[in-house]
Amino acid sequence: MDNRNSKAWLYLLPAILFLGVFMVYPLIDVFIYSFEEGYNSASQTFFGVGGYNYSYVLHDPYFLQAVKNTFILVIITVPLSTGIALLISLGLSSIKPLKDLFQTIYFLPYVTNTLAVGLVFMILFRKTPYTDGLANLFLSLFSAGPVDFIDGPYWAKMFVLCFYTVWVVMPFKILILTSALASVKQDYYNAAKIDGTPRFRVFTKITLPMISPMLFYLIITGFIGAFKAYSDAVALFGTNLNAAEMNTIVGYVYDMLYGDSGGYPSYASAAAIILFVIVLTITCINLLVSKKHVHY
Amino acid sequence: MKLVLQNLTKKFPSRNRKSKEEVVAVNDFTFEIPDGELIGLLGPSGCGKSTMLNLICGLQKPTSGKIFFGDDDVTDLPPEHRGVGLVFQNYALYPHLTVLQNITFPLENLRGEAKMTKQQMVEKATQIAGLVQIDGLLERKPSELSGGQQQRVAIARALVKMPRVLLLDEPLSNLDARLRLQTREEIKRIQRETGITTIFVTHDQDEAMSISDRIVVMKDGVLHQIGKPQDVYDDPVNLFVAKFLGTPPINVFEGFVKDGKLHIGEDIVLDVKGAADEDVWVGIRPEGFVLDENGPFSCTLSGLEVMGRDVSVVSTNEHSANPVIRSIISAENKVDLSSPTVRFALKPKKVFIFRKSTEERIRFDIG
Repeated sequence: MDNRNSKAWLYLLPAILFLGVFMVYPLIDVFIYSFEEGYNSASQTFFGVGGYNYSYVLHDPYFLQAVKNTFILVIITVPLSTGIALLISLGLSSIKPLKDLFQTIYFLPYVTNTLAVGLVFMILFRKTPYTDGLANLFLSLFSAGPVDFIDGPYWAKMFVLCFYTVWVVMPFKILILTSALASVKQDYYNAAKIDGTPRFRVFTKITLPMISPMLFYLIITGFIGAFKAYSDAVALFGTNLNAAEMNTIVGYVYDMLYGDSGGYPSYASAAAIILFVIVLTITCINLLVSKKHVHY
Repeated sequence: MKLVLQNLTKKFPSRNRKSKEEVVAVNDFTFEIPDGELIGLLGPSGCGKSTMLNLICGLQKPTSGKIFFGDDDVTDLPPEHRGVGLVFQNYALYPHLTVLQNITFPLENLRGEAKMTKQQMVEKATQIAGLVQIDGLLERKPSELSGGQQQRVAIARALVKMPRVLLLDEPLSNLDARLRLQTREEIKRIQRETGITTIFVTHDQDEAMSISDRIVVMKDGVLHQIGKPQDVYDDPVNLFVAKFLGTPPINVFEGFVKDGKLHIGEDIVLDVKGAADEDVWVGIRPEGFVLDENGPFSCTLSGLEVMGRDVSVVSTNEHSANPVIRSIISAENKVDLSSPTVRFALKPKKVFIFRKSTEERIRFDIG
């Protein structure tokens, strides 16, 4: 028995070692940092232990702005991207000709570099002395605009960020949902057809429950992913996100560590722990809801 | 409801792009099923049985031919307007719904005059559940049921709309042997009580023989024989039907007819008046052998299988198409195991001869 136990530990060792060094230890460390007041990274000393870091972060207008941005981003993009992805996958699974081609096209954004895509979006939306950008050209058709989407009003910038996020996360969701739809057995649809079930009822009573486990998986990972958003904002609005009012919580953490106003690992840790608590809460709520609605 | 198929044909385009050859799943099927009968659609795998079922229920459109329910031509009707109930091979119960919700599902689709209140649906479902004896399971999910119970739920769901025709696709194939026996009796009982014309597809001849009022034997999309199970067994039209029905299977020998006598090798085994001289396949049912010391047909004895009531004599013959010959005789007969050969007389009614080239039955006068 002992022999088997030690063997098991031996097999687990590589994973434990790496996870321990690169995940568990930093996690604990971040937690400790967040309570060390006045930490100085050069001398590695601190004045005392307490909740001041949290209080500072929670009163920092930049942080509050970042929280607001992140929440708006999450609340808009997660339902929107999941919904549109579901519609597209339903479309994809009901067409026959050129199905593979469309699947490939819809999957392309997934394999495209975020920053490259960000550049394309800047060209679409940015106003320059020469052009108002493609989006404004489109708006002018309805005799609206021009709006500066990159340096202009808050809502315009938020629109671009949401649009971009939805576009970037969609391919993965489409991929998952098309395979989930394909795995629903044809027999169920045949049975429904013989009973004369209307299409909408087939969708709500058969298709949706059958793919609900995958749908909830996407919503949960979607929430987590959107809370961690950062690189998308950087790609669109550059590194000085605080000035652009487009910072996210992760962006705030990064700025506190390495940004122009950085060098405060304690504040960064406190912000990171706050983010962790938010994500944990939302995920727990998600799981509770999904237990009620996801079958089998 | 009488069910009539007229020259029903279904062709599928070839999968292979190079050859333009079509696959004919159902070929020129014509038959009529009287009202209220239980029909076994029997054939080996891949013979077009399931395609037949799909054509009748409307999930597939025939290439040509017509289908009538009673006097209504339903050939071009979509499945929901035909009034059919279909039980799928793997039951296709909705896993996220309870048994009750599964059974009421078809009722909730009813519109217009047929629309039912929640109360009526539950009543109707409970009544059907009583018929198939699953009353106690209504609140369970399909995953909490045994295979046999799931089967009953599937039948209940197909019956709840009171279909004009009930179709069962290999209804027993997912059940274990004991449950299979029990369930087939159950299907027979349910069919009798409801009086709904029922077609069930199977590749198991035992199943088809035991409960059908009539069996339809098909192969490669072609109808071979239709009739009462015993009639088809006693009077097969060709070698395929003879081989397909019966356990243990029929024993087949190479033989020839000469001067009204049937020869198997050296032995002159039977008088076959009226049959012309030619090479034939000889099919002899296992129960067609009679132990007889002076019998005309000699085989090499290889052993006995005692099954209580009967004894199965296993022997070989160089002209047999099967590796061994199985003959069933009453256990009261004593078999002399010391002798290397065993001699049989044959019962003329249990011997069929078939033309070697076409495998068609050759009839002869039983003297």
